[in-house]
Amino acid sequence: MPGKLKAKIVAGRHLPVMDRASDLTDAFVEVKFGNTTFKTDVCPKSLNPQWNSEWFKFEVDDEDLQDEPLQITVLDHDTYSANDAIGKVYIDIDPLLCSEAASVISGWFPIYDTIHGIRGEINVLVKVELFNDLNRFRQSSCGVKFFCTTSIPRCYRAAMVHGFVEELVVNEDPEYQWIDRIRTPRASNEARQRLISLMSGELQRKIGLKVLEMGGNAVVGYLQCFDLEGESGLVVRAIGTACTLDKLSSGSAPNTNTHVHPNTAPASNACNSPSKDGKEPVFGEDLPSFSGPPTPFRALPTSSSSPPPFSPSKPCSRQSSSSDTDLSLTPKTEEPLPVRCRPGIFLCPSSPTLSTDTLSLPGSGSVGCGHGSAPRATTPPPHSSVRSDSALLRKSVSFTEDLLLAASGMGSGGSAGKEAGPLKTLLRQQTQTALEQREFPFFTLTSFPPGFLVHVGGVVSARSVKLLDRIHNPDEPETRDAWWEEIRQEIKSHAKALGCHAVVGYSESTSICEEVCILSASGTAAILNPRYMREGCLDIGSTDHRFEEPSPPSCGFCHIPYDELNMPFPAQLTYCYHCRRQKVPDVLFTTIDMPPEAAVTGKGCLIQARLCRLKKKAQGEVNATAISNLLPFMEYELHTQLMNKLKLRSMNALFGLHIQISVGENMLLGLASATGVYLTALPAPGGIQIAGKTPGDLSNEHHILTIQKRINDTITKNKELYQINPPELTEEVVGSPIPEPRQRSRLFRSHSESSDELSELDLSHGKKDAFVLEIDDTDAVEDIHSLLTDAPPPTGFYSCNTEIMPGIYNWTTGVQMFTSVRVFRLSNANLTNQGLNKIFTDLCENLLKSFYFKLRSMIPCCLCHLNFTVAVPEEELIQVAVTAVAMTFDKDQTQEKPADKPVTKGCSETEEQLQFPLELCADSSSITTQTSSKISGVPESTNVSPRVSSLERSSPLPEGRSRSLRSNRSFGGSSVPVVKMTPLSFLPGTRIIKYLGIINMFFIRETTSLREEGGVSGFLHSFIAEVFAMVRAHVAALGGNAVVSYSMKECVLMENPNKNQAQCLINVSGDAVICVIETDQESMPSTINVVQTCSSGADGAT
Amino acid sequence: MAVELDVFVGNTTIMDEEVYQLWLDGYTVNDAVKVRMEGGVLEEFEASADVLLSDTMDQYRTFQMCERLLHSPAKLANQLLFQIPPHRQAILIERYYAFDDAFVREVLGKKLSKGTKKDLDDISAKTSVTLKSCRRQHWVQFIGCDGFDNFKRVFKVVEELKGPLVENIRQHFLLSDKLARDYAAIVFFANNRFETGKRKLQYLTFQDFAFCAGQLINSWTIGAVDNMVEDMDVDLDKEFLQELKELKILITDKDLLDQHKSLVCTALRGKTKAFNEMEANFKNLSRGLVNIAAKLTNTKDVRDFFIDLVEKFIEPCRSDRWTASDMRLYLTHYTNSAHILDTFKHQVVWDRYMGVIKSCIFKMYHD
Repeated sequence: MPGKLKAKIVAGRHLPVMDRASDLTDAFVEVKFGNTTFKTDVCPKSLNPQWNSEWFKFEVDDEDLQDEPLQITVLDHDTYSANDAIGKVYIDIDPLLCSEAASVISGWFPIYDTIHGIRGEINVLVKVELFNDLNRFRQSSCGVKFFCTTSIPRCYRAAMVHGFVEELVVNEDPEYQWIDRIRTPRASNEARQRLISLMSGELQRKIGLKVLEMGGNAVVGYLQCFDLEGESGLVVRAIGTACTLDKLSSGSAPNTNTHVHPNTAPASNACNSPSKDGKEPVFGEDLPSFSGPPTPFRALPTSSSSPPPFSPSKPCSRQSSSSDTDLSLTPKTEEPLPVRCRPGIFLCPSSPTLSTDTLSLPGSGSVGCGHGSAPRATTPPPHSSVRSDSALLRKSVSFTEDLLLAASGMGSGGSAGKEAGPLKTLLRQQTQTALEQREFPFFTLTSFPPGFLVHVGGVVSARSVKLLDRIHNPDEPETRDAWWEEIRQEIKSHAKALGCHAVVGYSESTSICEEVCILSASGTAAILNPRYMREGCLDIGSTDHRFEEPSPPSCGFCHIPYDELNMPFPAQLTYCYHCRRQKVPDVLFTTIDMPPEAAVTGKGCLIQARLCRLKKKAQGEVNATAISNLLPFMEYELHTQLMNKLKLRSMNALFGLHIQISVGENMLLGLASATGVYLTALPAPGGIQIAGKTPGDLSNEHHILTIQKRINDTITKNKELYQINPPELTEEVVGSPIPEPRQRSRLFRSHSESSDELSELDLSHGKKDAFVLEIDDTDAVEDIHSLLTDAPPPTGFYSCNTEIMPGIYNWTTGVQMFTSVRVFRLSNANLTNQGLNKIFTDLCENLLKSFYFKLRSMIPCCLCHLNFTVAVPEEELIQVAVTAVAMTFDKDQTQEKPADKPVTKGCSETEEQLQFPLELCADSSSITTQTSSKISGVPESTNVSPRVSSLERSSPLPEGRSRSLRSNRSFGGSSVPVVKMTPLSFLPGTRIIKYLGIINMFFIRETTSLREEGGVSGFLHSFIAEVFAMVRAHVAALGGNAVVSYSMKECVLMENPNKNQAQCLINVSGDAVICVIETDQESMPSTINVVQTCSSGADGAT
Repeated sequence: MAVELDVFVGNTTIMDEEVYQLWLDGYTVNDAVKVRMEGGVLEEFEASADVLLSDTMDQYRTFQMCERLLHSPAKLANQLLFQIPPHRQAILIERYYAFDDAFVREVLGKKLSKGTKKDLDDISAKTSVTLKSCRRQHWVQFIGCDGFDNFKRVFKVVEELKGPLVENIRQHFLLSDKLARDYAAIVFFANNRFETGKRKLQYLTFQDFAFCAGQLINSWTIGAVDNMVEDMDVDLDKEFLQELKELKILITDKDLLDQHKSLVCTALRGKTKAFNEMEANFKNLSRGLVNIAAKLTNTKDVRDFFIDLVEKFIEPCRSDRWTASDMRLYLTHYTNSAHILDTFKHQVVWDRYMGVIKSCIFKMYHD
């Protein structure tokens, strides 16, 4: 009996009138936990009852504490008939189980009823007394902290990053149980809410256990999802990244976690047996040894010499995150090569087509086909197909042995190259314990402490189509586990294919329609710094330089991790435009946030590719097959669109790429969102050329010319808009040392259906220079039009789907989080793919336009973390849900700060750079000019500011809010505390001083009077507002004033207007925090004051 | 093909003051969109009509959801559903309870529970306040019969409260002082059923009446002497009204009347062009004012208070072309001279009466 839960019911207010005769209510409250229920007295005839109950005490296992919510039911007492329920409050007490989170839950909670919505409020006090240290054999994992935030939380330091944790639990969906036929909708909804709450609790507990086993104390980037599989059940699954976090003293700056001194790192948990001391000398020795011929990579002097030697060492030189000791390594290691497709993207189930058409390797076409079949309902394990191509590919691999070594020695390889055999073994031993637990070297994080991310390979993704069947035994969710296992294996092998040992920015999702389910996983193949996997990993300060010097932080991650020699297709690699020492791809796609240290030119913008594909209605296997056949084409198209749009904006990298494919009965929807930027380190993107298929036709040629002109104009306009003024000199500089100065990435715009044709085409155009769009039919014309119809955001607005906008640094405190949902009904049954595409594109574009309009009072501002979710809730319906935050920034500083930053950075870099270029090449002068011109490029960005300034107006909203943030608690109980919400991991202008726990809430709302509630829009509008209100109330009750990393994971709306009914399910999550206005560093006392007022405010509220 | 559902919900509730006003004025969504388009938001922000429609719908829904809270404004401050910064809450409430003076002028003093849709049409035609605007929900209800309107709501609440009327309204409805006073006036007028609709009174604005109501509330109600009685500011002080009868001596006692006249004339001589008229009319005017005072014990005469003031005093003066300052001068001396009359013993009542009369007449006398 390790815990005592205490709850006290204080008062109610604004209760609904339950007795029409008296216009009053006789309310009382039931407090239930597990199987124990307490009741308060009835407070007769009041809409604002004061119960002021005793403390209700529940003595329970901590396992139950983790799983169960506290359930509070408010009822109206009725002497003669059954008591009427007014509504309920579920309180997740998990935050109280962790000493570092909240200590008491106290405040006003909305009383929620699934039929009527919010009906008044209730003031509740909850405390937990935990009896310590029954930790040994426990089923519980109290004390493990959970964070939705996909970076190291701001007031913590990562002592160690253990790696991937996942778990799923399944159950029958109460909505589909037989009993549902006889119970009320309310009872059914409540059963569902409760079940999901229980399942999430259980899931979290189980994940916590895994974390404890791994020796961690926290899960970061915790992503929990529901799969409502209908008849076949309910799956709750979660992934996350296990870490050992150390709390920073409250005084330290938020970014301190990045500058921790080596030896202050407390010994982290059990699993790192290796001694730090042992390892460091080893690394020290590496350096000299590396300078030898086989691994010139680390040797500064030779680094720019010749490309070939790089290859073998590279995979070896950074490794270690991967726990992979898998036997199938050999094939996988090589499979990479074909995959290393130009754009740096590896799209999986689609890989067949993609790889065929993107690669000129003829053989891979057939490989692709084999692959393509894999995702079908009866998925064969991916290994088999992978293995099948391995033989073919191996021939092209010249360094098989080295690669093998590197790959299998993942843990160790970091230090040792192939030449360091004994060292490697030693290291492997050292890290083995930690690595063994990591079957998948995946990280759900999207941004990392500096130095963590060494190189980024590109996006890897995998999809698989499954047929759902009933989950027979909830206790053994093996099928679902096996499905995900397959997908993850695939991802892992793709990462290997890109020469990477880890996957970062990893996420998983599903789309379900009837009995068909598409499972998707995606991430970014990367090479990580091994130190983070081991004890004392954050010693970057000292070791980093020794180690990673060859890759300056601002460009290192762009350098290719794979082996350039073995690329079986014409390479578009160039020397890094920043350091000039390493090769970079022409385009980089990633799922992560842009590393803060990365140098960008100009600003970024949201880039979306949108696609609809009609599909015949079908059942079962046939349907699944049809879908898996379509998937590759969709991925290819989306990818093409992304590439084109990227080039149209004159950018060369995508961050935060998220591709969602949603399945409906008669169509598939694909939406890819990402934030495009111009990475200074990457080459300037080439233009887009239009080519006609039928030369000689004059009118056609003219047409082509017009389009070409429009495209060129758009590019020019975009350059200006996004302030992309890459240094002119770059070109010259590039001229000499780099053989392929211009980028010649190229995608084929072709609607061909057969992969053979594609590969043929690809080959035939293999040597052309520019990015060519061929107009060979109306489809292509349409596509180009759609390319050009994307309207840029209005002046004063920027948008991105990453945490913050690359190129904007001076955020002010104005924040407006919002959720918007649109459902579009297709009335025309005979739509074509093109027609659908247009509708879908317009839908998304119009949504964006709406946001700009609504938020115009916040100008200048940026819509950050625009997260689009598409669904096909019914035939003929397209649903798009968006959650994002609008943040204001100070336009006056727009030029200053960035100037500041690059300048300082630029300076240090220049120093660094000068050392080698001077030694190596006579071009040093040109390099300096390049750097300086890069800097000078920044002031040019000022052109825009006058325009912005004219639009600048005082925005009272943000101001008011920021004021209240400071003062909200001082009002005590009388006024409602302000709670800010944001999908980002921080609030600009504030500092998070405490994480209070994870918010993970699931609500169902149903109505049988849809018209009276204002139709579906009215219904959903009030439901979303209610969900916000409940989230805010919970956060406020925990003593918090903000939710960060907020997201709406699920918004399932079902309507039946004929019956005047609708039902909606919403799942939201986030991290409750206390943040304080960031002032001068000296103002520590004031922050402490704030904390105190916060807590006293909380007490006062009781 | 149509947008089946379209919502936008901000964590901080987004509301546009212009749209709010349109909503209050009873514009339909489509009409509001038209007005906004004419207002030029579109050009200003490169938006399309669809965007405006969507935005307007969102806001209308928000306002509709808020309306329930606006009915008891105190709830707005501690409800959890909408996160609205305090200064916006204040704007919402103030605007919601704001009314059109011309319109309310028409219904002033009418019995609040009565009234038909036909009245509404008449008033609308009369005041050139658009019917739409009249139909603004609370107005319809004000005139009409379906439940509570803003006035009834205010009425109902303050009825049961002790303490000063204005203060009660302000606290319970979180209104500005000015608006609270206006509401107090409306309540006061409704309660005492002052006649305001006669043709002769048409020239008076709502603000004129509201001012007079304020004066009456401050000086003539029970609340002026005892501030802990129910309805203290709504009912006139009966005792005082009785005492007013005593003032009759000023016109019934011939000596007193003459003495009063000579005192006033001495003081006025040479100070105004209208002196002759003043001298000639003194007795008439004095009789008028004192008779009004003496009759106030009858409810009927209370109702006619304003019409009497106009007929018995303001109109004669106006026909003699008194200026406003003439009026001021005359009334000041008229009031003060009474104090010098040695046989006149009712100084306190006289001051309480004339204080109000003076300010009311000043307000009601338009040049």
